Amino acid sequence: MIDGLLVGSVYGLAAMGLSLIWGVMNVINLTHGAMIALGMFGMYILFGAITGHPYLLLVPELGAGLLLGIVVYWIAIHWVIGRPMLMSLLSTFAVNMMIIGIGTAVWTTSPYNVNFNLPGISIGSYTFTGNHIAAAVAAIVIALALDLFLKRTRPGKAIRAVSDNREAAELMGISSTMVLSVAFGIGIALAVASGALVSTLFPFTILSGGVYQLKSFVVTVLAGLGKPLGALAAGVLLGLLEGVVTPFIAASWIPLIEFSLFVVVLVAFPRGIFGKVAA
Amino acid sequence: MTPLLEVKNVSKRFGGLLAVSDVSFTLNQGEILGLIGPNGAGKTTLFNVVNGVYKSDGGSIRFEGHDIAGELPHRVVHLGLARTHQIVQPLNEMTVEDNVTVGACFGREYLGLGAARAVAREVLEQVGMGTRGKLLARSLTIAGKKRLEVARALAAKPKLLLLDEVLAGLNPTEIAQMIELVRTIRDRGVSVFMIEHLMQAVMNLSDRIVVLNFGQKLAEGRPEEVARDPQVIEAYLGDPNIAEKLTDRN
Amino acid sequence: MILKRPSFWLILILSGIFIYLPLRGQNVPLREDLVLVAVAIILSSNLNLMIGYTGYVNFGHIVFYGLGGYIGLYLTTVRGWNLVVAAFAAGVGVSFLALLFGLGILRLRGAYFALATIGVLEAVQAFVMNFNPWGRSTGMYLSFQSYQSWGGAMRALWIDYYLIIGVMAASLVLSLGIKISKFGLGLFAIRENEDAAAVLGVNTTVYKAIVYSVSAFLPAMAGAFMFFKNGMIDPFVAFEFMLSLEGIVMLMLGGQGSVTGAALGAGMYEWLRSYLLTSPKLSDFQLVIAGGLLLVVVLFAPGGLIGWVYRLVPRSRGVIE
Repeated sequence: MIDGLLVGSVYGLAAMGLSLIWGVMNVINLTHGAMIALGMFGMYILFGAITGHPYLLLVPELGAGLLLGIVVYWIAIHWVIGRPMLMSLLSTFAVNMMIIGIGTAVWTTSPYNVNFNLPGISIGSYTFTGNHIAAAVAAIVIALALDLFLKRTRPGKAIRAVSDNREAAELMGISSTMVLSVAFGIGIALAVASGALVSTLFPFTILSGGVYQLKSFVVTVLAGLGKPLGALAAGVLLGLLEGVVTPFIAASWIPLIEFSLFVVVLVAFPRGIFGKVAA
Repeated sequence: MTPLLEVKNVSKRFGGLLAVSDVSFTLNQGEILGLIGPNGAGKTTLFNVVNGVYKSDGGSIRFEGHDIAGELPHRVVHLGLARTHQIVQPLNEMTVEDNVTVGACFGREYLGLGAARAVAREVLEQVGMGTRGKLLARSLTIAGKKRLEVARALAAKPKLLLLDEVLAGLNPTEIAQMIELVRTIRDRGVSVFMIEHLMQAVMNLSDRIVVLNFGQKLAEGRPEEVARDPQVIEAYLGDPNIAEKLTDRN
Repeated sequence: MILKRPSFWLILILSGIFIYLPLRGQNVPLREDLVLVAVAIILSSNLNLMIGYTGYVNFGHIVFYGLGGYIGLYLTTVRGWNLVVAAFAAGVGVSFLALLFGLGILRLRGAYFALATIGVLEAVQAFVMNFNPWGRSTGMYLSFQSYQSWGGAMRALWIDYYLIIGVMAASLVLSLGIKISKFGLGLFAIRENEDAAAVLGVNTTVYKAIVYSVSAFLPAMAGAFMFFKNGMIDPFVAFEFMLSLEGIVMLMLGGQGSVTGAALGAGMYEWLRSYLLTSPKLSDFQLVIAGGLLLVVVLFAPGGLIGWVYRLVPRSRGVIE
């Protein structure tokens, strides 16, 4: 169960990126899963090249994610911002297809692993895997950093201004395009980072991102949009739910429960359980 | 004779804001009733409550004697009450003729497609857009879109037409044309309830006027009476002699 | 009225071609290629009713096809029903379920609705994976008996092919019929501006529920016929998310909102796919090319092929449906 909490915080981190992008520019980023997968492979490559602490490697991964996100923004997002939602869904989905296609060609679909193990902590008769604890800690640290960034720094406030009212923000002298591209970059960086963390927990393939993307949707819908800490909390909740339910019900029922919950929450709580409604 | 529209003690609340507060008035068959007041007075909200877009928090709304409070907008149109919007809502990727056909198909007479198209062409002639039927709605000018909005509402063959600031954004020639159109609509037997800021138009067109301020009704009566009401002057008009100045010119 | 439209006769001619071509020389490989195109046309033209006509993006469209396949296979194999009756029952059953689900999720707008359809697809797949009578994750196999009632496997497969072509023709005729009807006009109004449509008198709740339900019927029948042909079904091939997405790509490619567009898009995509699969160098890049194509269409030609034709030749708007 505690394990569920730990893994859940990684779900929360994964969802934060999706939630941020959706909340700021009303775009549902369907590259999310592919980016998570890229994060996994990124950690694999970096760890193979520079044997160091994987958690320190998160920093260059976040940076790479930011850059990648800005590039993708300019290719696929910028041109479809004002247009109907379907267009951004399709353009991000198209980029997703391309990334998965290239990824499959380069890495095939065999599983990969990041061989790194932190010693666990034992309390009484329970052992908590070191990797899981570290991943949760990293997720929480990043979430808090993001929250502080959005609330205390100028760029962060600019992002919040643009997401509230783009025209008004421009009238105040904020270059909304720059802000949107950076916000998108941050969203991708978060996805990449969560992938990097997941790579230390479970084996993965280029297709593994899909599962986390779906979980991110569930979490985002539960939490409402644009609130990073809300996403973290909802992620933990989801992880907890999975952890609690798994010993009692065959694993095959879990997707059914998650998706039914997802649809029910969408229909009953369009604002999420804690959040705000999108345009 | 029973009034066409009877609104009694209607209120509408949004969270902490009471947008419409205990408003009552009547509208008689064949009249043009003006609705004026400062911005934010609750005029469009009142329209939205009357035509079913919002549910009222109390009070009654009777149209031709039937209680319509709480009816959904599509039912209200079927009963004979059509409206235009302050910010025009053309069906952009459809032709002008198709736009008006929608009005005829789903309006009070609920016509089949063929009959509805015939009605649409007729109505477009009436409003002076007969030659523009095949244009896409999004290619029209703002004046054209306003006219389209009116045509669409007329195609529903309403007994009462709600016009929300139909003159806003038009130049003087277009305004004059639209005023003529509104008169013709009434002369053809459709009663009109109109929100308008252009005092000259309202004073001249309306048979009676209702004044709203902060969601409450300040006055109801003939234009000259309303224009002399001190509360109305203070809240909205400013100039005590405005009635004479405007009605003189006509 | 529909008989006057040239498009109607074109649909019949197209179906005739589909039936005639493989019949010459009993060309089974050609038949197998054409059946894939036919199914693609069925899926994209019914999806068009939701996306192109009503403006509601259904990402989980394939759920109708998969459920239809399951119900069809179950009724024929386990209950011994006649294939055609089973397919009809599948169509009715899935439409009814769609109506129920639709009334719930159609209150959602835009992206929320799209996500809900994904949720429904995944939830149904997860359910079927746990559902004993339908074989859980192993799925079901068709017993050979079922082919006997049609005179043996070979003959059964040919008849099944004709039935699928019939469903294809029905799909195209249905989309044409709706497009030129009052119901279609109401749907287009909803697409353009749902709130304005309601104020104009369109009963949006009922219309959306009806079109969602109707868009499920023929794909469900197609599923029943296709999985009968394949002889087996499992939750992975029945509810493949990728197929749902391909349906959307096809529609965007050809031109959403137009009957011809849906058919053309399906045809073009299937051609592209078969070309990519058979070319050794490119098969790895199938996904990349499809993705690139989609991106290009979305950025530069969101109206798809037919949209581009409409812009080139404005008069064609009235002629090509």
